[in-house]
Amino acid sequence: MSNFFEKTDLSRMEAENIISDTLQKCDDGELYLENSKSESILLDDNKIKNSSYNSDLGFGFRAISDEVVAYSHSNEISKNSLNQSSENLKSTLKSAKGTYNHEILKSNKKYYDNINPIEQKSFDEKIKILNDVNNYLRSKDKSIKQVTANFLGEQKSLEIIRSGGETLSDVRPLIRFNVSVMLEKNGRKETGVYGIGGRQSYDSYLKDDNWKSVCDEALRIASVNLESKPAPAGEMKVVLGPGWPAILIHEAVGHGLEGDFNRKKTSAFHNLMGQKVASEGVTIIDDGTLDKRRGSLTIDDEGTPTEKTVLIENGILKNFMQDRLNARLMKTRSTGSGRRENYRHIVLPRMRNTMMLGGNQTQDEMIKAVDKGIFAVSFGGGQVDITSGKFVFNCTEAYEIVNGKIGSPIKGATLIGDGPSILKEVLMVGNDMMMDPGIGTCGKAGQGVPVGVAQPSILINKMTVGGTKL
Amino acid sequence: MVKDQEFLEKKASYCLGLAKKLGATNANVIVNNSVSETVNFRNKKLDESNRSDDLRISITTYIGKKKSSISSSNLVNDNLNILIEKCIETTKNTPEDEFNSLPDRDLLAKEVKDLNLYDDNHIENNQKIDYLKKLEAAASNDKKIINTESSFTQNKSNFILANSDGFCDGYKTSSFTASSVTVAKDEQSMERDYEYSSKCFLKDLDDADELGKLAANQTIQKLSPKKIGSEKIAIIFDKRIAKGMLSTFASAISSSAISRGTSFLKDKVNQKIFSDKINVFDKPDMLKGLGSRSFDSEGVKTDTLKLVDQGVLKHYLIDTYNGKKLNLKSNGRCGGTSNLYFGNGNISFKDLLNLNSKSLYITETIGHGSNIVTGDYSVGATGFLVENGEFKYPINEITIAGNFKDMFENITLANDLEFKYATNSPTMLIEGMVVAGK
Repeated sequence: MSNFFEKTDLSRMEAENIISDTLQKCDDGELYLENSKSESILLDDNKIKNSSYNSDLGFGFRAISDEVVAYSHSNEISKNSLNQSSENLKSTLKSAKGTYNHEILKSNKKYYDNINPIEQKSFDEKIKILNDVNNYLRSKDKSIKQVTANFLGEQKSLEIIRSGGETLSDVRPLIRFNVSVMLEKNGRKETGVYGIGGRQSYDSYLKDDNWKSVCDEALRIASVNLESKPAPAGEMKVVLGPGWPAILIHEAVGHGLEGDFNRKKTSAFHNLMGQKVASEGVTIIDDGTLDKRRGSLTIDDEGTPTEKTVLIENGILKNFMQDRLNARLMKTRSTGSGRRENYRHIVLPRMRNTMMLGGNQTQDEMIKAVDKGIFAVSFGGGQVDITSGKFVFNCTEAYEIVNGKIGSPIKGATLIGDGPSILKEVLMVGNDMMMDPGIGTCGKAGQGVPVGVAQPSILINKMTVGGTKL
Repeated sequence: MVKDQEFLEKKASYCLGLAKKLGATNANVIVNNSVSETVNFRNKKLDESNRSDDLRISITTYIGKKKSSISSSNLVNDNLNILIEKCIETTKNTPEDEFNSLPDRDLLAKEVKDLNLYDDNHIENNQKIDYLKKLEAAASNDKKIINTESSFTQNKSNFILANSDGFCDGYKTSSFTASSVTVAKDEQSMERDYEYSSKCFLKDLDDADELGKLAANQTIQKLSPKKIGSEKIAIIFDKRIAKGMLSTFASAISSSAISRGTSFLKDKVNQKIFSDKINVFDKPDMLKGLGSRSFDSEGVKTDTLKLVDQGVLKHYLIDTYNGKKLNLKSNGRCGGTSNLYFGNGNISFKDLLNLNSKSLYITETIGHGSNIVTGDYSVGATGFLVENGEFKYPINEITIAGNFKDMFENITLANDLEFKYATNSPTMLIEGMVVAGK
């Protein structure tokens, strides 16, 4: 736990007074203090290319009056700096005449331990594993021309001080381990990438030489791609594998169900509450309470405990994801979805771990039901235009399906679809529900936050596949 | 106010001194301060004000051929002492890399030209509000526009780069940015589009009225889009998308991608990769240029490079580390390109539209579909169908795909280059790409 006022000219009491004074006629707001430590160690091209350590400290002071948000942030925790921010907020909201909402939910539940993952494994041990990864892979396959592996570890301590002095705090560990390989054979080059991570120590993932399975998976994907043929172009049936391909759910419907876009009526979903937006049997939730998952949070960045929010239940739109601001303006409650990348940014309603729940069909049944289509197993990134509802994602491992059988691998192609209608095109929901490996980062308004996704295999009636083969 | 040079220099020399004292054979320090103030409007009303004051220090220490780095936003000496000690410890434990070093002394920038990158003018929030009111009024004039969001940001930055070979320099820069995002709706559809202007000097910023009108018109034109069939068709990239081809090109010729062997342009220097008429420049000393700089992020001098001359690749973008690996001298491109642009083509925008009886004009792409290892390209797109030089109707939910190797050879450029971003292209036509639709 950080003591943010230690070694500053500002006492906690003085800070509380400035906060209460600044927010007195505002509807909401808080001082957010953050101290994060992160470490990155990268092996690339047979060498430890980079080892870096970052320590970041700062505050963000927010005041809200009706729909207007005033925000000011600085790295200097001092009387002068906080007063300057206060003046700044006051001048924006000089006509504020609201009543501060002191209500905030409380919970004792914690979804990860108070650990510093960076300190839990020595620098030398990390270097050794990276070198082992490099040697293991290069000795395994002669056509490997490049290996990149890295450790990213972080501990973020934060404290939220609300008007009246109420204080909420959290300490969040986060780690990620990635391996990327490039193969070259007969003049062709292809890459494969795989990683794991979440909110616990490196050893929870890497014990018993577990890193080998990460290497094997990266190598398997690269080898598959080396044999890939040009992807088809046009509309066809698509089978999505379980786990990480759920970024389809994240892009296609997740963003469109965030509170801000719906309050502003700029989301394609804003007038569909209570209506059927997906096939029967499709249930989608956004859950911040999963134990030690990458997208989990004990409290969100406004201090609200997170929860399991049902977004779509058996095809019917049930809830949007809300932060305090959008909840108040839409006359509903916060779902504990208020998040920010760090103290430099304002809070926005964001996803945590977004999941489609399992059904009862098998992946095999889905493949057999397709005459001509593709089977998408792994993806790179995705993106959505929430207004038109159109979304894309890029396959990094996919196969042709011909007459109910999986055929040759196809080159990376973009798939494009329409968010509000895609879930009505879901023909089968699988019984093989799976979480992603813990590697997702979601971008919105220039802010990246760690998220998770999960889904079973699903069969989609039609999507446009952006290949080159007509 | 952004911190002055003296404060930044003092911090930098403190860190260099301490690093040396603790056993570093060499060190490099960057201290940055950036203060920005933003006002956002939505539907003609104030929505958000945001002030940010960011201070940051990055230190790299070398012990012989070992290297490690730290960064922090806490510049209190107590904290810096702990971090530098930690950095030295980590450096000792990091394996050697024969290519690690500071830049060659003779390559360091000797004189720092004033490139006119800093405007001392300060725009108060109420003046920003006046600008945004005018902009939003123009943007929401048409009834089809149902939501407007606009933003005005003033940014002032200052930095110092110092290394233990005696380099110590830095300068202030400023930027003023206004943007407008509008949403239009009709019975069939809801669409979004935007317009934006960013300049070093306040007085050069686009007119508020113009900006709002442009954003609204571009959005309304997208309403009621159609999906077309899959086919091979000539594609015209609007300037705001065409510049992305240059960004991909720049990543593919970065010395890091080349030395790692992960670029489709490896070993292509002095080979023809574009058609004869294509020239690509990277010009760091453009006055008021959005990508201008006096030296790169290692302090190495930067000269203008003609990266592509009549279709032939002439240079990679080289930094010190990868340069040593490739046995080439740094050309001052650590941190990437500066003002990167395609030279003008020799036909007008209108003639470009008329080159084919039918083509697709792309105004937006989504997705991260550029693979610089293989050169494969596949992204989601929206735009317009162009027939006989005329815009016929808007199109969406399609993808466009090809391979950069073929695409680069088939580029035709119009003569309408403008310097709106740091990376710029005239309107671009590429033959032979595949559209996937229905």
